[in-house]
Amino acid sequence: MNFPILSSLILLPTIGALFILFTKSSSGKYQSAKYVALFISLANFLLSLYLWYIFDKNSIDFQFVENREWLSGFINYKVGIDGISILFIILTAFITPICIISVNATITNRLKDFLIAILIMETFMIGVFCSLDLVVFYLFFEAGLIPMFLIIGIWGGDRRVYSAFKFFLYTLLGSVLMLVAIISIYWITGTTDVERLYELGIQSEYQNLLWLAFFSSFAVKTPMWPVHTWLPDAHVEAPTAGSVLLAAILLKMAGYGFIRFSLGLFPIASENFTMLVYILSLIAIIYTSLVALMQEDMKKLIAYSSVAHMGFVTLGIFTMTQQGIEGSIFQMISHGLVSAALFLSVGVVYDRHHTRLINKYGGLVSIMPRYAIVFMVFTLGALGLPGTTGFIGEFLILMGAFEKNILVAMIASLGVILGAAYMLWLFKRVVFGEITNQDLNRMKDLKSFEIVILTVLAIPILFFGFYPEPLMNSIEASVENALNMYNFDLINNLASKD
Amino acid sequence: MENFQYILPEVFISITIMLFLLIGVFKKSSSNLIYNLSTISLIILLALIINLSSLDKIYLFNSSYLIDNLSNYMKIILVGSGVFVMLTGSKYIQVINLNKIEYPILILSSILGMMIMISSNDLIVFYMGLELQSLALYVLASFNRDNLLSTESGLKYFVLSALSSGLLLYGCSLTYGFSESTNFDQILINSTEFNYGTTFGIVFILVGLAFKISAVPFHMWAPDVYQGSPTSVTLFFAILPKIAALSVFIKFLYTPFANMNDQWQTIIVFISIASMIFGAVAAIGQKNLKRLIAYSSISHMGYALAGLATISNQGIQSSITYISIYLVMNLAFFSCLFMLKRNDKYYENIEDLSGLSKKHPILSFSLLIVLFSLAGIPPLAGFFAKFYVFLAVIEQSMYFLAIVGLLATVVAAFYYLRIIKIIYFDPEKDEYETSHNLGLKITLAISTIFILAYFIYPSSITEIVSKITMI
Repeated sequence: MNFPILSSLILLPTIGALFILFTKSSSGKYQSAKYVALFISLANFLLSLYLWYIFDKNSIDFQFVENREWLSGFINYKVGIDGISILFIILTAFITPICIISVNATITNRLKDFLIAILIMETFMIGVFCSLDLVVFYLFFEAGLIPMFLIIGIWGGDRRVYSAFKFFLYTLLGSVLMLVAIISIYWITGTTDVERLYELGIQSEYQNLLWLAFFSSFAVKTPMWPVHTWLPDAHVEAPTAGSVLLAAILLKMAGYGFIRFSLGLFPIASENFTMLVYILSLIAIIYTSLVALMQEDMKKLIAYSSVAHMGFVTLGIFTMTQQGIEGSIFQMISHGLVSAALFLSVGVVYDRHHTRLINKYGGLVSIMPRYAIVFMVFTLGALGLPGTTGFIGEFLILMGAFEKNILVAMIASLGVILGAAYMLWLFKRVVFGEITNQDLNRMKDLKSFEIVILTVLAIPILFFGFYPEPLMNSIEASVENALNMYNFDLINNLASKD
Repeated sequence: MENFQYILPEVFISITIMLFLLIGVFKKSSSNLIYNLSTISLIILLALIINLSSLDKIYLFNSSYLIDNLSNYMKIILVGSGVFVMLTGSKYIQVINLNKIEYPILILSSILGMMIMISSNDLIVFYMGLELQSLALYVLASFNRDNLLSTESGLKYFVLSALSSGLLLYGCSLTYGFSESTNFDQILINSTEFNYGTTFGIVFILVGLAFKISAVPFHMWAPDVYQGSPTSVTLFFAILPKIAALSVFIKFLYTPFANMNDQWQTIIVFISIASMIFGAVAAIGQKNLKRLIAYSSISHMGYALAGLATISNQGIQSSITYISIYLVMNLAFFSCLFMLKRNDKYYENIEDLSGLSKKHPILSFSLLIVLFSLAGIPPLAGFFAKFYVFLAVIEQSMYFLAIVGLLATVVAAFYYLRIIKIIYFDPEKDEYETSHNLGLKITLAISTIFILAYFIYPSSITEIVSKITMI
């Protein structure tokens, strides 16, 4: 047993949160708390980069596995990563410090509690992506509700209570069925260890129901149409850092869950329900894009665009092709960066002007030129312009879709056009045009810390847009292995039927 | 007299009660002394019981009294929580002028009754224990004589409880009539064949027990009694009678009526589902915290009974684990309630919690943990309690029960969230006093840490409980 690097990644933020608990503030500005939080989250990010460095990209096995006896000996605390999860861990560790820097401007009351909530949240999020046991996964998956509920409820906007309740109850309702499924799996196979379950397989007669139970949880979390309605509310009311965490990481838990559990554990059911996922994804892509076009609130528009983008992700996953799944993972990482950046950009103008209504803005380019440039980069990233990460993800997903079902792929391609429409129109209305609202003239251009976080986000969006190789390398072997197992299971099942 | 050592705890506490009564009569203004002595005697009692806990199975008094793993464990958590109930309530009863000598003595006699219930292996012994604890509880419920609500709750509890005792007694007599014995093991042997008499007996006994555990549809007394009784008595009500009634439930279902499990399983499943749903839905509109916790405990009893409905050792163990975690959560919750004091007045409405988190961060954080745990959100102890129960329920392929139960947790989550919303999101009100007695603080600290850190070593309770086997 080597150094338990994954457990350290999981626990470090919690330890940091405990430290913050004991920091004192003389002036009520909580400088020391901020520095502790930033330091801890940066340390965690460096640790995750180190993890990426020592991660064996060609291995198809789970790496850095830790297995400890935990629940009366029959359920173990087991963590480990492969190519599918490593990028999400880095993304989480990358986004958290950005959130912590961004609270500089947005959060004024109870800053200390806020930092603690964010760090605890990071623990749970990394835990989700590491866990190799269904019960441990469920534990992390659900535990994240508590800090997020508080983040939305305490530091949110006017309708924060409604949104926080909606977020909590929707997600909980979806998840309890997953708990039933997890316990059922335990009694069917005698284990909840994911690796063992991959080997054992689950009998085909149980798969459909179990798949649906998992789907109910992931569909709410993704979110897929028609259970997406909590997302716009939660996004709009959450403070900027909360929206960033929600969009960048929480939504990815479900996409990750689809690949790891739905595909991995229930291949036969996944094949049966492919059409269902296609239809729901297409509705999400087309319908929510149209809804996004009509939004008057910037955050709401981006929230709906998230639903559309996640529609691409689910579509790509269920093409069951190498390109589709790799594209989905890439799209999730890309969306994590881009949506985080967009929410931060909205946060920048909101802090200055205290409204998110699009028609209150216009002509920002002449007042805030630097802001206009970074905002443009992110807009183009969101609509998937070649040269940004958004393009590669969508392109690969559509490639996978064309291989499987041309009609589905063609309809999904319409979504790309709609995506360009609502993003460009948003950009045009906010940044270009006449300055109709004279109050805007008082707005100042980006402060230094805003430049830092927005540039830090823009760099990977452009870099990996031109050179996706490092990311692709990490996921390739694992996705290939997952697909091989998937096809192997399907063939076995067909053979047993004959 | 060779059996004397095995019933030493019961003998000790009986003698203590009589002694304290004498002290109370002959020594003027000795209420504080007796309160403290009672707490100490409970601790000694706990030690005596733990001392016996290595025994596996011992029949006493012509096998009408049984000491086994189940009774030992249940007595330990019973007396253990009794100690904490005494510790947390000491300040409260002084402030609201209830510090009379009868109070601790009634609590002790009630505990004695419960211990007899838990260990009984005979219908008559069981009934004796049940009545001893009930009589003490009637008085305790109406202990705050000047308060209208308290008097009402005592009367209500007395009338309804007497009715249920009557039903129970009728059930016992039917069972005796058809199985020709009052001894549990003998009833089991004599009731191999199906007959209507024993079936009716089971139904009546279960009704009586369901009343004691406040399961739907025999829950009507609980909200009023919880609200009307002094808070320290409510805490007592919320924990100790439940422990006793649950262990009697286990005993009845799995010793005398073990052969009739197809008869009672549907009843238990129905009671369980009804309690889970009703408890969750009815609590939504409540304004008084004690009333709310009454509905919450109804719903929690539904989960505990769900484990019993499985007819498996795993299920019984999960129920016992559930009640163990439930009692810690209740201790923590009521400790928080005792802290809502300002100018010698205790506050117990949900609105009184408004904005509590700004002035009292630690108290609010404890409440947050307790409420999320009551709602069953991981990684807190309440989640594991539910997890064990559903693990056992799904093992028996009772999917309907499991899904209904889990959906009820979502409904229940709503009202727990509502309290959290009021504590954390709403504007603040006046400050509460921050000086509390040590026992209260210790209880709150221990119980909160237990709930919060349970996930680190979740086998702690299950390992002890796994020794309890009934089948």
